[in-house]
Amino acid sequence: MDLTYTPEEQEFRARLREWLAEVLPSLPPKPSPADWPGRRAYDLGWQRMLYDAGYAGLHWPVDAGGRGATPTQHLIYLEETEKAGAPYVGANFVGLLHAGPTIASEGTPVQRARWLPPVLRGEEVWCQGFSEPDAGSDLAALRTRAWRDGDDYVVSGSKIWTSHAEVADWCELLVRTDPAAPKHRGISWLAMPMDAPGITVRPLRTLAGSTEFAEVFLDEVRVPVAHRVGAENDGWRVTMVTLSYERGTAFVGEVVACRRVLGEVAREARKNGRWDDPALRRRLGGLNAEFRALWRLTQWNVSEAQSNGGVPGVGGSVFKLRYSHARQELYDAAAEVLGPEALDLGREWTLDRLSSLSYTIAAGTSQIQRNIVAERILGLPKGR
Amino acid sequence: MDFQLTDDQRALKAGVRELLAARFGRERLRAAVDEGPRLDRALWRELGEAGFFALRLPEADGGVGLGLPETVLAFEEAGRVLLPGPLIATHLAAGVVDGAATGEAVVTAVDGRGLVEWLAEADVVRGDATGAEPLRPVDPLTPLHRVPVSGGAGLIDARPVSSTGALPTASLTSLFTAAEQLGTAARTCETAVQHARTREQFGQPIGAFQAIKHLCARMLVRVELARAAVYAAAVTADPVDIAAARLLADEAAVRGARDCLQVHGGMGFTWESDVHLYLKRAWTRTQRAGTATESEELLAADLVSGVGR
Repeated sequence: MDLTYTPEEQEFRARLREWLAEVLPSLPPKPSPADWPGRRAYDLGWQRMLYDAGYAGLHWPVDAGGRGATPTQHLIYLEETEKAGAPYVGANFVGLLHAGPTIASEGTPVQRARWLPPVLRGEEVWCQGFSEPDAGSDLAALRTRAWRDGDDYVVSGSKIWTSHAEVADWCELLVRTDPAAPKHRGISWLAMPMDAPGITVRPLRTLAGSTEFAEVFLDEVRVPVAHRVGAENDGWRVTMVTLSYERGTAFVGEVVACRRVLGEVAREARKNGRWDDPALRRRLGGLNAEFRALWRLTQWNVSEAQSNGGVPGVGGSVFKLRYSHARQELYDAAAEVLGPEALDLGREWTLDRLSSLSYTIAAGTSQIQRNIVAERILGLPKGR
Repeated sequence: MDFQLTDDQRALKAGVRELLAARFGRERLRAAVDEGPRLDRALWRELGEAGFFALRLPEADGGVGLGLPETVLAFEEAGRVLLPGPLIATHLAAGVVDGAATGEAVVTAVDGRGLVEWLAEADVVRGDATGAEPLRPVDPLTPLHRVPVSGGAGLIDARPVSSTGALPTASLTSLFTAAEQLGTAARTCETAVQHARTREQFGQPIGAFQAIKHLCARMLVRVELARAAVYAAAVTADPVDIAAARLLADEAAVRGARDCLQVHGGMGFTWESDVHLYLKRAWTRTQRAGTATESEELLAADLVSGVGR
């Protein structure tokens, strides 16, 4: 059990810190959340800066164009970029954390050469076409059909909660290629160009008022068979590769952010007098314990992944369950500190409180995560 | 950074588990409950011989010369099997009280809040036990006395680690208590899962029901979070980390035992089941070396002190 960093890791941290201090002041101002083209340009610009400095695809394997960094180096990267206030992965989220790693591990040499470099260089944006109106948590119930017509698949159906669909170049799309097969089989993973004829994107407004994601309608969209990653009808297995990446490291930077926000909430309470309420103080103290422990659990999971050759384990479900609820409790406490001002949408914490509601739903609801923990870790029988 | 157990730490943990399984298995636990609170002196000496009390004592002084992380692993195993006796007080007396290190002497201590465990069975009492009155203890294997205290004794000491690297007794007691709570929490989770796999109702194992699954999943999440916090606190020896570890380990043990009881249904409410023993011990430990309120206040103060990370 060792929480100290090796000289190499400290060196990596120092260089990164130096680079961040040098480049962050040169960033353009952040675009408004409603300005999708602006957000795309901003996020891709940041990705290009990472690429030029050699930080793009840090955790990707070297033969996929990445740096082949250890999980600990990736942890340091996420910690330092958050502390320095660097931009989030933003519109590059799906490309860097889902589609890229999936293509890197399952794609052919031609596919890797076609799709991976533009993600790393900040030239192309991906979106995720997994969920459907009737297939959310029960993802394998998806019904979007694809049938072969010559060298193409012809795709019809609809997807929903598709983040970045409005500005994406590519969609990692799950389709049913064999309707007769059992529901986990008969699914294929396709890379669909978002400018293909037959695609309609309808932005959805979230309860926070923003348009973070969209509904995507697919009417006989032609996707070349050569764009299928993995074997036909093997898309479920390919998808599980993707999801393990999503749960593995997606929240590391956010824990760092929550610890910062918690400190700000406490200082605000000191300023406005709410700190004198012992019940509220104790609540904030309890949250400090929570986020300290979540950070330790992150370090534990990262160390474990490192000893397993970098593969994220099921520990991600345990982490996500506790983290998503802790995040909601943090913003509830922030609202109590703010008092009536918590009802003002002009307050950053109010918007963050609203968006925190998605954390127990997105990337597998808490209820589904508990089933995963119970069945895959604890070995309880499957049932209804 | 390699925040995983080393091979030596794994071996130590396995060794302690083996020793305790052989000497204080489930049958011995039940027999001890039936016999009433009498300390097993032979077992105490065996623990002494195995180095349990002298783990952190330097080798030059006849100890094992290990650190806080190893000690925490040993106390976790003790917590798993509900090993009775003033284990922490005796461990903390090694090198100070003659015979403590070897298990020849049973040492207890007066807690800051005036509670004394195992007073009648102890050879040495650290602190002033004048006027001690026996309680009827909720845990059948933790006899308790209460000593009248004046003033606000028992606060967790928030002072930073001294230049000699020594943590205040209250912080050490809190850390080892958290380790015991972690062991109990892990054990109750396993017990609940085992029961859920085998107990059938409505024609299937109750573990197939989502309501039961979710109870068990919540237990595991609490255990794993507490584990990360307790191990980290053992590595950093930071009083704020210890307070956090203690809060989460108390929660994991107490709520875990309640959920385990719930999974056992009517069986869990009987004396024959072991579940009540986990819960009663977990409750008893929550009263040791500072309260949850004190931990939360310390953690709150850390948020605005500017020295916290």
